[in-house]
Order: sequence, then C-alpha cells, then structure tokens
Amino acid sequence: MRIFDPHIHMTSRTTDDYQRMHAAGVRAVVEPAFWLGQPRTNVGSFLDYFDALLGWEPYRAAQYGIHHHCALALNPKEANDPRCAGVLAELPRYLLKDSVVAVGEVGYDSMTAEEERAFEAQLALAQENDLPVLVHTPHRDKAAGTRRTLDVVRAAGIPPVRVLIDHLNEMTVGMVADSGCWMGFSIYPDTKMDPDRMVALLKEYGTDRMLVNSAADWGRSDPLKTRQVADVMLAAGFGEDDVDQVLWRNPVAFYGQSGRLDLAAGSEAGPDYAGNTIKRG
Amino acid sequence: MKEPAQEWLAQALPQVEADPHAIHRLFPQAERRGGPGARRALLGALHGHHAVIHSLYEAGDSGERLAILTALHELDLEGTAVGLVEDALRTNDARLVAAALGPYGSAWLDDHSFRQGVLKCVFMSIPLAAVAELDRRFDAELARMLSDYAAELRAAGRPVPRDVLERI
Ligand SMILES: [Zn+2]
Repeated sequence: MRIFDPHIHMTSRTTDDYQRMHAAGVRAVVEPAFWLGQPRTNVGSFLDYFDALLGWEPYRAAQYGIHHHCALALNPKEANDPRCAGVLAELPRYLLKDSVVAVGEVGYDSMTAEEERAFEAQLALAQENDLPVLVHTPHRDKAAGTRRTLDVVRAAGIPPVRVLIDHLNEMTVGMVADSGCWMGFSIYPDTKMDPDRMVALLKEYGTDRMLVNSAADWGRSDPLKTRQVADVMLAAGFGEDDVDQVLWRNPVAFYGQSGRLDLAAGSEAGPDYAGNTIKRG
Repeated sequence: MKEPAQEWLAQALPQVEADPHAIHRLFPQAERRGGPGARRALLGALHGHHAVIHSLYEAGDSGERLAILTALHELDLEGTAVGLVEDALRTNDARLVAAALGPYGSAWLDDHSFRQGVLKCVFMSIPLAAVAELDRRFDAELARMLSDYAAELRAAGRPVPRDVLERI
C-alpha cells in the first residue's frame, strides 16, 4: 500500500515518526506552512521556517525514503499580527522554488478583516504562480467560516479544481462537494474527524476529490492516521483501488497541478553516502 | 524547432547578460523549465558578479545552493565566495558539505577550515574521494586529526572507514 499524506507538519515530528510512517506505507508528504505553538513576532522567523521546509525537512524525509514537498503562505492566525505582515512581500520569491507545490495554509482563523486581506492576496499570488491552494477552515464557527471561504474563493475567480478546502466534517462537506473544490479531512485522535466517520463520508460522497490527512503537528495528533483510514476502508468493503485513489492518486492529482511534484527520484534512499540515519557532523 | 527547455534557456540567458539581477527570478525555476545544466549556464552569464552570486546563494534552496557551490570554481570569483563555502560547511546536509569541498573550497579555504571540513566529511560518511585536491592539501595536522578519530572509533569497537585508514 502506498500512502501520500497531503497535510502534515513534519517539522514538529521526530525521526521515529518518519520511520513508522515509512513502515506504514507513507512514501510522500506535503507540509504546509502554519503556525507553531509560540506565535512568531517577525518576518525573519518565517523566512528561516520556509528555508527549513525547502531544505532541511526534505533532506531529513529522504533519509527515510519519503518524498517531501511543501506549501508556503502566511497563515491566517499570524496574518493578524502587523509585525508579520511583511511575509506577504517575501512570498513571491519563495513561490518559485522547485519543491513548492501549493500556496497554503491560507483562509480564516477568527474571521477578521486582516485574515481576509491576506487570504485574498494569497489567492492572487497562487494564480500568478500557477499554483493550487490549500485552504484551512476555522475550528470555531466552522460552517459559517467554510461558507465565507467558498465565497472568497469564488470571488477570486480561481478554478475550484485548483482549491483544496481542508479540515471538513459532516457539517461542511456538502457545500464543498457542491462547489467543485477538493475536500480535505484531517483525522485526529480526538477532535475533527475519526477513521470510522471518515469512511462513512466516503460511502456517502464517493472517492472523487476526497483527500485524507493526519495534519499531525505539535499538538495531540498521529502521523499514522492515514494508514488507519486505509485499513478501515478495506474492512468496510472498499477495494484496494479505492484506497489507492484516496490515499495516493487524489493527492498526486491535486498537487500535480503545480507541475512541480517530483516523485521520480528513488524514494528508497537519500543521497548515497547518507545511509539511513542523519549523520551528525 | 527547439525543445521548450532550450527555448526557455535561450530567452533567459540574454536577460541575465543585460541585467544580472534578472537571475533572481530565473534561477529558482531554471532546472525545471530550462532542463539540467540551466542553472550552471545562467551563473556563467553573470561573469563573476560576486554580489549577485552571494544574494542568490542566500535566497537559494538546497538545489540552488548546490548548483552554485559546484560551479564556483568556474565563475571567476577569486576568493570572494569563500564565505559561501564556509556557510555550506556549517549545514547538516551531506550534499552541501561535499560540494563545499569541491575545487573552489579546496583552492580557497584556510588550513583550519579545510581540515575541519574533511573531518566533518568523515563524520557524515562522505567518501574522502569527494574532496577535491586532498593530496595537495593533506598535511601533518590533518593526519593527526584523522588518527585521533580512528583511535576513538577503535576504542568504541567500531570499524574505521577504509579511506581514513589509507590516510593515516
Ligand atoms: Zn495544518
């Protein structure tokens, strides 16, 4: 079984996680830029973070046989801090990089005017750079936030097929299905969505345009949730091909729209002399 | 008719010849749009403009930095880019560390930095064959450092790499 986790924050995870993910079948990930537990207070903090998503993290992932790409953006929460607004001016040069396959995570957190401005500006950047967009939907007031999100996407004129609306649940999946955007589901140990509810949604809405992720980060989360969904799908009567569509071909099709998804180079080994562990110089 | 990649490069090169700063937008996309070797070709069009090469490196991802490090010796930079090589030697990326000890690093690093770089290669399992002109730069102090490291390995009951044994 091959698994592509389309949304996971590996920066916050250990090398043990990479090992367990590989053993579970994970061969590719996309790491979107987001907030850390501690709010950032200056643009330079973001640039070092972006550089890590373009440099150290893919290098680390490759040691464990996993392809790492990223999505870059100013996230909604920190878009509210005027000290971080300068990130928007730096993004255009970052969006040219080879391993950037989307703009994200963008969207709403607290539904402020600042969040909306950053969201709209970054939808425009995505169009200028021919990149798809990963949109975070708010945890609080989710249904209203998702409705507003879809309005902003529509107004921006970006084709829905180039937009992934994430962190959906039973209350929000219907409107996104109708919009033509891709539907993302974050499977968490105790909030958002669990494997059984996920499989019920796959039965109801089908497997097209559906993506499943662990969104694992520095909070309570589990990078193997993608594999659990695959197992529950099989137990519920879905076939191997359905599993492959949801957990591999759909993310490949969505991020492949960037033209930059590179899954060719041997996923079984990193640079020859680097072996299987990160060497400490 | 030219391939799209050749076409892209054929349009990019004169832009850099006309304005070196045009490379900032072109260089990150060069390999995927202009094909293998496109980054090296664009660097050549800078004619040793070391300020631009510096900022290009600083803004670069690992692939861009690797392309710069491996081309440095061809870029008419004299010693002006030794800071970039030192930067690469501070990373934990074996590709960058190995590239830092290519022909340019070997030509311009001071003795101390060169020896530390070679030792770092050994720690990172980078074959010493990756170090350019190691014979010319090899000295008694580097031999002592490698011997001490070999003694440390033996004390820990671990094998000493063959290319280290050959040097001590
Ligand atoms: Zn996230």
